[in-house]
Amino acid sequence: MRNKRTMILLAVLLVAAFVFAGCGDKEAGGEEEVTEDVIRIGVYEPMTGDSAAGGQMTWEGIQLANELYPEVLGKQVRLFLEDNKTDKVEAANAVNRLIEHHKVVAIIGSYGSSMSMAGGPVAQEKGIPVVGCSPTNPLVTLGNDYYFRVCFIDPFQGRVMAQYAFESLGAETAVIIRNVADDYAVGLGNYFQEAFVEFTGSEDSILSVLDYQKGDQDFTAQLTTVKNLNPDVVFAPGSYGDSALMIRQARELGIQQPFLGGDTWEAPEFIEVGGEAVEGAVLSTHYSPEATPTAISEEFVQVYKEKFGKEANAFAALGFDAYMVILDAIERAGSAEPQAIRDALAATENFQGVTGIITLDENGDATKSAVILKVDNGEFRYLTTVNP
Amino acid sequence: MDLALFFQHLANGISLGSLYALIAIGYTMVYGILRLINFAHGDLLMMSAYIVFYGMLVFALPWWLSVVLAVLLTAALGMGIERAAYRPLRDSPRISVLISAIGVSFFLQNLGIVVFGGRAKAVYRPAWLAATIDIGGVSITTLALLIPGVTLILLLMLSHLVYRTKTGMAMRAVSRDYDTARLMGIDVDRIISFTFVTGSALAAVGGIMWALRYPQIHPMIGVMPGLKCFVAAVFGGIGNIPGAVLGGFLLGIGEIMLVAFIPNLAGYRDAFAFVILILTLLFRPTGLLGEKMAEKV
Repeated sequence: MRNKRTMILLAVLLVAAFVFAGCGDKEAGGEEEVTEDVIRIGVYEPMTGDSAAGGQMTWEGIQLANELYPEVLGKQVRLFLEDNKTDKVEAANAVNRLIEHHKVVAIIGSYGSSMSMAGGPVAQEKGIPVVGCSPTNPLVTLGNDYYFRVCFIDPFQGRVMAQYAFESLGAETAVIIRNVADDYAVGLGNYFQEAFVEFTGSEDSILSVLDYQKGDQDFTAQLTTVKNLNPDVVFAPGSYGDSALMIRQARELGIQQPFLGGDTWEAPEFIEVGGEAVEGAVLSTHYSPEATPTAISEEFVQVYKEKFGKEANAFAALGFDAYMVILDAIERAGSAEPQAIRDALAATENFQGVTGIITLDENGDATKSAVILKVDNGEFRYLTTVNP
Repeated sequence: MDLALFFQHLANGISLGSLYALIAIGYTMVYGILRLINFAHGDLLMMSAYIVFYGMLVFALPWWLSVVLAVLLTAALGMGIERAAYRPLRDSPRISVLISAIGVSFFLQNLGIVVFGGRAKAVYRPAWLAATIDIGGVSITTLALLIPGVTLILLLMLSHLVYRTKTGMAMRAVSRDYDTARLMGIDVDRIISFTFVTGSALAAVGGIMWALRYPQIHPMIGVMPGLKCFVAAVFGGIGNIPGAVLGGFLLGIGEIMLVAFIPNLAGYRDAFAFVILILTLLFRPTGLLGEKMAEKV
C-alpha cells in the first residue's frame, strides 16, 4: 500500500510541475485545428528568466499591432506565443513547437541574440521565415536566409557607445565587463572594443575585459579589479538585472566612474533594482517616444499609452514593427505560404515603421539610427540620435 | 600585490561566504537528522524573499514585521512540505524521497512563476543597510558586516538547540534510529516536523539576507544558492553544522579569489564549486569536519 501511495504522490507532483511549467503557453495540450481562413503567426520570446522584461515588453507591442491590424488578405491573423524562458535549448524547442504543433507560417522573435541564434537554424531547416525584433548580434541573420530583423546590429551599436565615451565623456581608457555566456554581450563588447581602440588610437585603451557567468549575482571580485585599474568609463553589456546589481555593487565599493551599456538596459527593472546607483548610466537603444522618427510612430506612442497606461519603449515598438513587416510581406506576396512570405520579406524596402524606415539588406538586416538614453531622476531620458 | 586590494577581495569573499554559510546551516541540519537532501531548501529561500517583498510593498508592513512574517510563513510552508511530500515516503527507499524533494523544488519554482510572475522584482533595502564603511581603503557595507554576525548567532543558537536541549537530544536520537527513538518514547513525527520548521526558518533568514544583498528577486533565485550551499555543506561535512559554516566561508572566499586572480576562469565560477563537490566526494566523502561520524546531527 505504501508503495502505491508513493507512486501516486510522485505522479501528482510531476504532473503538477508540468502543468505549471506549461502555464505560460495558453495553447498547450490538444491538437490544433488548422483552418484555411486563419493566418497563424508564432512568437517566441522570453516571458520568464533573466530577460523576462524584454520579452514581455516585446509581446505587448506585438499584441497591440495584432489588435489594430488583425486581418490580412481578408483572413484573420492569430498569434501563438511560446516562452523561451531565456534559455537557448528552450528557444530551439519553442521554434520547433510553433512550427510542428501550431503550424505557423511565420515567426517573430526573440529578444536576446543567444535565443535567436538557437532558434534560427530550426526555422531555417523547416523553411519558416522569422523576423527578429531586437536580437542585435550579426550572427543571427548571417548565413540564414530565413532570418530577418527590424533593428540595427551590434557593430553599429558598439561604435555608437565607443564614440559617446570618447567624444562626449572624453574617456581615454575603458574596462569591459560582460556575461561570457551571452552572445549579445560578448559580441557587443568586442565591437565596442574595436571602435574604442580606433577612436583613442591606442591598443592599451581597453585596460581589461572581465567576464562573468549567466546567473552570477555577485560581481564584487570583478569590480574590485575595476576599481584598481581605475578606467575613465566601464562598458557593461549585459541583461538589465545583472547590470543593475553590478552598478549597485560598484557604487558600494566606491567606484564613481560612469557605466555605459546597450539596448538590454532599457527595462523598468534596471531602474527599480539599480535605484540611486544607476543615476547617470548611459545606454544606446532603438527608439524613444521622445524622438519619434515617422508619422505612424507618433500614433503608436498614443495608442500604446491608452492601452497600457505607460510610456512606450523600444522593444514594444520593435515588436509592433516586426508584426507589421510580416503583414506587409504577406500582402505583397498575396499568399500566406512560408516560402512566399520569405521572398517578400527579403524584398522589404522603405517600410514606414514605428522605429524608423525599414529596408532589409542582403543579410536580412535593417540599417537604422540609434538613440542614446540617460537615466535621470529615475527615468530614461532621451539624449541624442546617432545616424549610421 | 597591493595589500588593500587583497583585503578588499578577502572582505568580498567573506561577505559572500557568510551568505553561503547561513543557507548551508539549514541544509546540513535537515540532512543530519533525516538523511534527506532537501532540494527544496533553495526554493524556500526564494519564497521567503517574496513574502518580505509583498509584505513591505503590497501590504505596506514595517520591514521588521515582514521579516518575522516571512520566517513564520516559510517555516509553516516547510512543515507543510514535509507532511505532504516527505512523510508519506518515510518507509520508502531513500531515493524516492530524494526524487520527491526535486519534485517539490520544481513545483515551488513554477508556482512562483505563476503566482509572482516571471519578471524580476526589486527589493527595498533600508538605507542604513546599504551604507558603506571605509576601513583602510577597504569598502564594506553595513550589510556585509551584519550577515556574518547573523550567521554566527544562528550557528550558536542551533548548536545550543541540538546539543543542550531535550528536543535536541531527541533530534539526535531520531537521526540514529527512528524505531529505537520511538521505543524510547520520542514522538518521531513531531521531532521531524520540528526539524523541518527549524530548517525552513533558517532558509527564510538566508533568503531575506540574500535578497537584501542582491536586491533583485525572481522565481529562480533559489536555484544557484541552493546548489552552492549544498556543495558548501558537503565540503564542510554534511550533517555537521560548524562544518557547513566553514564550507560556506571557504567556498565564498575561493570563488571570489578565483575570479579575482585568474580572471580568465571567471566563467567557470560555478564549475569551481562543483569541482570541489566532486573532489570532496572522491577523496574525503565525510567532508572537512566530518570525522565525528557518530556525533552527526
